[in-house]
Amino acid sequence: MKVKKKTIGLVIYFGLLLMPIYWMLNMSLRTNASILGSFVLFPTDATFTNYIKILTDSSWYSGYINSIIYVSINTIISLVTALPAAYAFSRYRFLGDKHMFFWLLTNRMAPAAVFALPFFQLYSSVGLMDTHIAVALAHCLFNVPLAVWILEGFMSGIPKEIDETAFIDGYSFPRFFITIFIPLIRAGVGVTAFFCFMFSWVELLIARTLTVTNAKPIAAIMTRTISATGLDYGLLAAAGMLTIVPGMLVIWFTRNHMAKGFALGRV
Amino acid sequence: MEKWENNKAWFLVLPVFIIVAFSSILPIMTVVNYSIQDIWGPGQSIFVGTEWYEEMLADHRLHDALWRQFLFSGLVLLIEMPLGILLALAMPKRGWGVSASLVTMSLPLLIPWNTIGTIWIIFTRPDIGLFGAAVNQLVEFDHTARPLDAWITLMLMEVWHWTPLVTLLAYAGLRAIPEAYYQAAKIDGASTWSTFWYIQLPKMRGVLTIAFLLRFMDSFLIYAEPFVLTGGGPGNSTTFLSIYLVKIALLQFDLGPGGAFSLIYFVIVLLFSYMFYQALQRVGKGEKV
Amino acid sequence: MAQIALKEIAHSYIANPKDESDYALKRIHSEWEDGGAYALLGPSGCGKTTLLNVISGLLTPSQGRVFYDGNDVTGLPPEKRNIAQVFQFPVLYDTMSVFNNLAFPLRNRGIQESEVKKRVLEVAEILELTPFLKKRAAGLTADAKQKISLGRGLVRSDVAAILFDEPLTVIDPHLKWHLRRKLKEVHDQLKLTLIYVTHDQVEALTFADQVMVMYEGELVQSGTPQELYESPQHKFVGFFIGSPGMNFLTCTLEGNTARVDGAGIMLDDEVAALGQKAQGKLELGIRPMFLEVHAQSVEGSIPARVKAVADQGSFKILTIDLAGHTLRARLTEGQAVPQNEAWLRFPTRWTKLFAGGRLVSK
Repeated sequence: MKVKKKTIGLVIYFGLLLMPIYWMLNMSLRTNASILGSFVLFPTDATFTNYIKILTDSSWYSGYINSIIYVSINTIISLVTALPAAYAFSRYRFLGDKHMFFWLLTNRMAPAAVFALPFFQLYSSVGLMDTHIAVALAHCLFNVPLAVWILEGFMSGIPKEIDETAFIDGYSFPRFFITIFIPLIRAGVGVTAFFCFMFSWVELLIARTLTVTNAKPIAAIMTRTISATGLDYGLLAAAGMLTIVPGMLVIWFTRNHMAKGFALGRV
Repeated sequence: MEKWENNKAWFLVLPVFIIVAFSSILPIMTVVNYSIQDIWGPGQSIFVGTEWYEEMLADHRLHDALWRQFLFSGLVLLIEMPLGILLALAMPKRGWGVSASLVTMSLPLLIPWNTIGTIWIIFTRPDIGLFGAAVNQLVEFDHTARPLDAWITLMLMEVWHWTPLVTLLAYAGLRAIPEAYYQAAKIDGASTWSTFWYIQLPKMRGVLTIAFLLRFMDSFLIYAEPFVLTGGGPGNSTTFLSIYLVKIALLQFDLGPGGAFSLIYFVIVLLFSYMFYQALQRVGKGEKV
Repeated sequence: MAQIALKEIAHSYIANPKDESDYALKRIHSEWEDGGAYALLGPSGCGKTTLLNVISGLLTPSQGRVFYDGNDVTGLPPEKRNIAQVFQFPVLYDTMSVFNNLAFPLRNRGIQESEVKKRVLEVAEILELTPFLKKRAAGLTADAKQKISLGRGLVRSDVAAILFDEPLTVIDPHLKWHLRRKLKEVHDQLKLTLIYVTHDQVEALTFADQVMVMYEGELVQSGTPQELYESPQHKFVGFFIGSPGMNFLTCTLEGNTARVDGAGIMLDDEVAALGQKAQGKLELGIRPMFLEVHAQSVEGSIPARVKAVADQGSFKILTIDLAGHTLRARLTEGQAVPQNEAWLRFPTRWTKLFAGGRLVSK
């Protein structure tokens, strides 16, 4: 009976968790007039006009494309740089290793609000303003340390003897690392990629500061529209729903990797 | 694990160092630069020493925001850590339920932070929101007018948004515990509670440390969600440090005080993170018997 | 303490097993005497851990019943069976001191604190853990940790049997010997039923009075180490026990002579007669130790060719070619080592006949 109680609790929690999202879905399928006119639990006059408006207007949908581009670049940079570094931290003792590790983590602790302006100045001076790479690089500030942290945990779970055997067998370091070691922590790489994607996707302040039009993220376009059109709740909800979709796709396609990665544990 | 001693490992860390330093060192120097100067136009500034720091440290609105911030982060940790662990314990361990729960659990984490605010504005409005309308049937509830209601709404949103992170990490920690531990506990006649207290909790220490620190840092730095939902109001009742900082630095364009404020802010987060890290390292591992 | 009986045990991890290969355990039927030291020996994946978990109650078998002292315990969980188990790697309560680790099973059973203390101190003394009692369990060496795991079983005065699942896997080789001796001592002192699962024949043969050999979910033979060595009931036992394992030669029967590609080997009359009636592929088996190798032709010997000689210290292992079959023989020190040519003699007493993998015997 204990097992049952646990499951019931979990299902109730999931119900509560989905409710706000459901409510936004409900709003997104109705016109503003209908939303303000009547309170219904299920949309009776469902319409896709809000979605159609967003998906046919390039000033709207380019935001999604921009976000996806810089998030992908960020995830790749984070993984490529963090993998060797995490290996170093998990296998070697070297001068200043502990300080280095803590310094990396401190970069998650700076209040983004005031750093926005120096960021703006920095990226303007190197001519990267309003490019995808600028946002991707800036997001590395908090994603790379996290990636190193998570990967280090997974790597420490792999016995050192595997490395030793490979080196004795004459593997060069790059070949060993790419063909033997990374496949061993594949699930860990999946989990790390998930976290990098997530934190880059949801961040707004820096992304908005570093972009004007060309690389403007969807989340920023949304806020602009609130002030411009007043309160078109239907449109706002539809745009919000669409910001969730890429994330949902990512977890849906990586769900088995994640399940395996989480089973390996030691995040 | 005994580590190899080799300073060449630096070469492996170098790419990370360069990429992080690029976005880290110059901006922080710039902020330091702001904080010790009075800037009133491009190229026009004078050195003021610690004046901005003194001003900021004496600012009672900053003190209020700081206490509010501590209260907020404290409540967040107090609610989210136990709830997250409880949910992780309830998650299925095998079968299709694993993927399904992981996907559902991750949903709030993948929503951009300002969308979160939007969702909750819609959800809690007394006229058109499901939550707002339902609660108003019972008691009068308006997060735009009453400080307590604003806090309740913010906490609900925060718990809804971030508890899954704790759950996912705790779940990962739980799954890493070998089956033999549970078998041994069974044979030793341990109760569910003892199994939790003596096996599961100690084995989760590593991931819970990460969860605790992440939740502390991120809740202490929270900006977008309350900005969208309450804008710091009603009055100043939900003006947290970041919101107050943005008011000073960007809206009033006082770079000097803003810079000093940021660095004080940064040092507070750093100090507490370090203290928590040390404390959590010691819990369940220290020399006390 | 208890005598354990397994009646027609079978287990499958699959919900609806279709054929034999779906079963991890196939019809196990055996009795384990009270106070005996048993080893369960077999290669990885033969089902020995499954069988151990059936005995301890961590698994309920798909079929069959488990009896302790004649009482049916099949449905009882492990904590009701009064058994203790030591796992492959040390399972400890990291946050507790060694004392509290040892006291844990007693406290869970609501035993008085004065009694707990007495028992823990006693057991710590036996296991040489007394100096560590106040230390945290997490910081100790692997062998001390395994001793604590064992101690958690020993503290319970009512413990019926202690089960070991390859407990020495993570122990340094030079400490394995020490720990095994400790186990022997504990067994002699406390007269507990011990069941020891391992894939290492040296561990099994030195530890146990009775060794049960498992192969593909079946108990193929149980006996003293000597019985297993001298008369393996199953080809697998001959092959698995002894180093190197038994020699096997496919053969046909002609009266009381076994023919191996032309060469004739004399068999016991009765065995040969039984072999004529037996089903399955016929094979001769002989231990390398019992295969006689001569430099000159002697009565009843067959010519063969020596391929290699490996010096193992006090004895030599010869690799011999007999009509295309490779045989190994063990020569004790001082025996003449034939160079190329050699004559082999198969003593009738030690030449076994197997039909379909099973020993043909009187």
